[in-house]
Amino acid sequence: MSTPPATAAGTAGTAEPGGRYLLDRKGFLARVMLLPAVVYIVALVAVPFFLAIAYSLSDVTVGDPSFDFVGLRNFATVVGDPTFRRALLNTVLITVVAMALVVVLAKVLALVLVQDFRGKWVVRLLVLLPWTTPTSLATIAWVWLLDSLFSPIDWVLRQLGLLEGNLYWLGNEGLAMTSVIAVQTWRIVPLAAVIIMAGLSAIPSDINDAAKVDGAGFWRTLFEITIPMTLPVIAVATLFGAIVVFTDMAVVFVLTRGGPVDATQVLSSWAFFRGIQGGDLAQGAAIALFLFPVLLVFAVLILRSAKRMEVM
Amino acid sequence: MAIVEVRALTKHFDGDVHAVEAVDLATTDGEFLVLLGPSGCGKTTLLRMIAGLEEPTAGDVLIGGNSMAGLPPRARRIAMVFQSYALYPHKTVLQNIVFPLKAAGMAPDERRRQAQWAADLLGIGHLLDRKPRHLSGGERQRAALARALVREPSVFLLDEPLSNLDAKLRATARDDLKLFQRRVGTTTVYVTHDQVEAMGMGDRIVVMDKGRVRQVGTPGDVYRHPADTFVATFLGSPPMNLVRRDDVVVGFRPESFLPKGVADAGAEALTVSFHVHRVEYLGSERHVIGTVEGLGEETRVIAMLPATVSVDVPVERSHEFVVAAGDLRFFDVGSGLRTERQRL
Ligand SMILES: Nc1ncnc2c1ncn2[C@@H]1O[C@H](COP(=O)(O)OP(=O)(O)OP(=O)(O)O)[C@@H](O)[C@H]1O
Ligand SMILES: [Mg+2]
Repeated sequence: MSTPPATAAGTAGTAEPGGRYLLDRKGFLARVMLLPAVVYIVALVAVPFFLAIAYSLSDVTVGDPSFDFVGLRNFATVVGDPTFRRALLNTVLITVVAMALVVVLAKVLALVLVQDFRGKWVVRLLVLLPWTTPTSLATIAWVWLLDSLFSPIDWVLRQLGLLEGNLYWLGNEGLAMTSVIAVQTWRIVPLAAVIIMAGLSAIPSDINDAAKVDGAGFWRTLFEITIPMTLPVIAVATLFGAIVVFTDMAVVFVLTRGGPVDATQVLSSWAFFRGIQGGDLAQGAAIALFLFPVLLVFAVLILRSAKRMEVM
Repeated sequence: MAIVEVRALTKHFDGDVHAVEAVDLATTDGEFLVLLGPSGCGKTTLLRMIAGLEEPTAGDVLIGGNSMAGLPPRARRIAMVFQSYALYPHKTVLQNIVFPLKAAGMAPDERRRQAQWAADLLGIGHLLDRKPRHLSGGERQRAALARALVREPSVFLLDEPLSNLDAKLRATARDDLKLFQRRVGTTTVYVTHDQVEAMGMGDRIVVMDKGRVRQVGTPGDVYRHPADTFVATFLGSPPMNLVRRDDVVVGFRPESFLPKGVADAGAEALTVSFHVHRVEYLGSERHVIGTVEGLGEETRVIAMLPATVSVDVPVERSHEFVVAAGDLRFFDVGSGLRTERQRL
């Protein structure tokens, strides 16, 4: 037993330096694969993000692009502006109400769509349409539906004898907010429903059968089995929807332009009006940056729900 | 307790799948009835129709003498244990067990007491606060059983509840389950494709194939007096030897096929010449594989000699083997059904 062991194994391990087995090395491969994503994120997310921070701390305007550092002055101005506070409040309100509606409607829709019935593929396709239509196009259709004189909704209400004259959907503050919330809900429900549907079909059929044998009726199964088991999926769907609604400006821009009198202004539309149309890039950037902390929280919550799904 | 009866029960799925075909069955009160058959023969479908989870294409299910037609599972006073156990993953063991009681509207105190009783009976009283994913296979099976029995149902329906356990655990779980069933005395329909499980646990066995019942009888009955060649070859390992002779098939179990002189086979014993090809030593027994000559068509058969028989059986030679007259079975060549005894 005098020969030193494992010399053979030792040389085998170091025999091929790099070269031939490069692609077998997980670390190397991972870096190569990640490269496009990193380039993409740096170019399209990180650069604009830091540019926005830089702008918000400067006095840059469209007319005068010279960069002078002004500290937090823009933020102070923005926060002092009542329209900004209105926009912030509106953004939160629209997101919260729309998401509350989305949870309920998407859940119901998902429950209907997982049922086995004739022509379910056609129905599923139709349900997904609002999501696949570009927001601005779909919103233009809504502009017509909510037209102050020719609104088909008003017409139906008049025919049913529930209304005299017109509602002026987009002209009245409350109705304009209702319209924005309705359109946002209508737009997000299909996506949320499809995500929840995937969650529902992931419940093993034995679990549903066991609930039947155990004597649970529809409501008990819904609240004690189906909803708890799809909760992480519902959370992810809602948070995704919330991010889309929270950052969206197309609906407000096309539907009301923030009006009447800034009553439906939201952060992104206000940032646009201020920064691009008003020409004050610095203030526009400061307004848009208020979106960031909220989105960060949403993102963290999504990741946590996703983790809970893995555990289930 | 109740008697489960099915009459001309039939289930066809779309695409012309005849999963269950005109099955007639009745348990006795408190019986442990085993449905045994190869994979895909319709056992699960039959069980699910009894449970009310599957609508029959035709026929009736009766529990305690009452027709169950159109009644949902919860109205049938049955409890079912699924092959996957189907424990609710987001609920603790306790919440799983009380779930049927909650659905039945029992008061919380009473629920808790009942659940504790069921859990203790199955020896999982200390696991009540765990989630199913933190239980071992055997513990999950007990939790599923506890959830099934906590309502004191009139019928247990068990679908291969042991198939997810490893071999050793399965043996103990088999004992536990059988003892438990005898203690509570609840009529049980138990599905398995494992003949050892069926023979060991069943009061009676229902052998199924391709959606039809081939034979119903006690384990001894179906083993010793198979109704047809399917049952004869499905049960027993190695299965019954079948040798065709004109328009009849002669059958004999490997353990009844012994070298001449080893056992007293009686005066009417059948003596044949057995050409041995191969011998397998399996510890407690020896399998002798070869062909019989002179009985009928030359067929490959197996003899099983217990370790207590130490006679030497050299390979590639013919030996005289005997089968006692009482151990011979006869089947019709065409239908495969058992026929009258024949003189050979
Ligand atoms: N929902 C269904 N739709 C169509 N065919 C089905 C359906 N369920 C079962 N079958 C078919 O019916 C037959 C019997 O199935 P079943 O599940 O009852 O078999 P099994 O005896 O329980 O088999 P295993 O031992 O593999 O569980 C099979 O051929 C199966 O493919
Ligand atoms: Mg089965």
